[in-house]
Amino acid sequence: MIVRALITFAGLCLFWQGLVSVFQMPPFILPGPGAVFETLVSSPALFLKHATITAIEIVLALLIGLAAGFATGVLIWQSARAERWIWPLLLASQAIPVFAIAPLLVIWLGYGLASKVTMAVLIVFFPVTVAVVEGLRRIGPYWPEQAKLMGAKPWPFFWLVQLPSSLGTIGVGARIAAATAPIGAIVGEWVGASGGLGYLMLHANARMQIPTVFAALFCLLVFTLCLYGLVNFTTRKLLFWTEER
Amino acid sequence: MAIDHRHSITLTVTASGSGYPADLFAPSVLTITGGKTTVLVGASGSGKSTVLRMLAGLEPVPGTFTLEGLPGAFKRAYMTQDVRLLPWLTVERNAGIGNRLRGEPEDREGVRDTLDKLNLTRDARKYPSQISGGMAQRTALARTLLERADLNLLDEPFAALDAISRRNMQDLVKQHFDGKTVVMVTHDPLEAVRLGDAIYVLSQPEGSGPAEILPFNGAGPSPSERAEQLFETLQGS
Repeated sequence: MIVRALITFAGLCLFWQGLVSVFQMPPFILPGPGAVFETLVSSPALFLKHATITAIEIVLALLIGLAAGFATGVLIWQSARAERWIWPLLLASQAIPVFAIAPLLVIWLGYGLASKVTMAVLIVFFPVTVAVVEGLRRIGPYWPEQAKLMGAKPWPFFWLVQLPSSLGTIGVGARIAAATAPIGAIVGEWVGASGGLGYLMLHANARMQIPTVFAALFCLLVFTLCLYGLVNFTTRKLLFWTEER
Repeated sequence: MAIDHRHSITLTVTASGSGYPADLFAPSVLTITGGKTTVLVGASGSGKSTVLRMLAGLEPVPGTFTLEGLPGAFKRAYMTQDVRLLPWLTVERNAGIGNRLRGEPEDREGVRDTLDKLNLTRDARKYPSQISGGMAQRTALARTLLERADLNLLDEPFAALDAISRRNMQDLVKQHFDGKTVVMVTHDPLEAVRLGDAIYVLSQPEGSGPAEILPFNGAGPSPSERAEQLFETLQGS
């Protein structure tokens, strides 16, 4: 898999360099991969500093989004009344693009970590909640019937049967969350921040330092892929009994 | 309170039934004697499983159905052909899941003994994906036995097994459910004769429509002859 990824990456870089060479692109429009790499290695401390800020925002948002999405999903699954109250709010929250409320969040929560984490949580929360609800509802009649005959108590049944049965679907939600959480963090940094890869991109763009923009994007890409890989790996480990991985 | 030979369960279907599941059956009486194995046989779609599910309390029993002679509180265990072992639990954990689901301490000794009786000790730590279909059925049988239920309901539990595994499972059922109250559904006349102390046939005289639950009183000298008689009864039903 790593070999395939490296081959794909090398192919994309070649195509990219080809575009730059054939169309004689100036570096302030489209720098070649070599120029981006040079920028990255010439000031690693700068990229590390900003990448760390963004990484903390994304990881925090992912953890909070997973926990909040899980709790809300369980609540919706458990209570028809909760479902009637929460679903419309959830759907309404998805109708408003997070980009539209980003400036408000910065005003309310400030230029620090909180506004970026909140923005990313808003993106992560919905797919996780939907996955939890769908997963918990997928159990079918067999085990609830057995539980009834066995005189099972609700919580042991939830932990021993219901939750493991739904882990596959919840895992899908977690993977979507890992792939989309960076959007919230970066948008938040664009709107107002004092650090982070989004902030770095915005400032470099304003100064026509396009290789820096690409280098920051590359850092974000690597981090997102690593995060996705970690979530995917954890999900697979939790679902050790499934053949389809 | 255990159901033993002093008790019997009578499922009475009256003629006034309408709506599911009452309209599946013609007026009939099914008597289940405590401590014995009662077998229900019949064609596909005749309502055998519905009778079992009504006895399990998993299907609504309309007013036209009456269950009589039941002790106040009794425990039921229900085993089906599709055993659905939990793939994230080992064989021993699957067998003893009843206690854990009730929030009770695990009956490790009981699980060990039961797995030993069913020749599963060596595979106790394996996961369902690592065992054969026959072993999965034995694990489900262990789960059912460990429930120590008053009424054991077995819905075509061996239908998916090959002939040898099926025969072995029949022997295990005969051995380990001896003296217990069992109601079993099967398609197989020989299985019915081998295991049943009493046999009922779900008969649909018109080929479809309401089924009548009729006792089978075969009196052949050997199981194979009684099975042949039962087969003929089924063909005519």
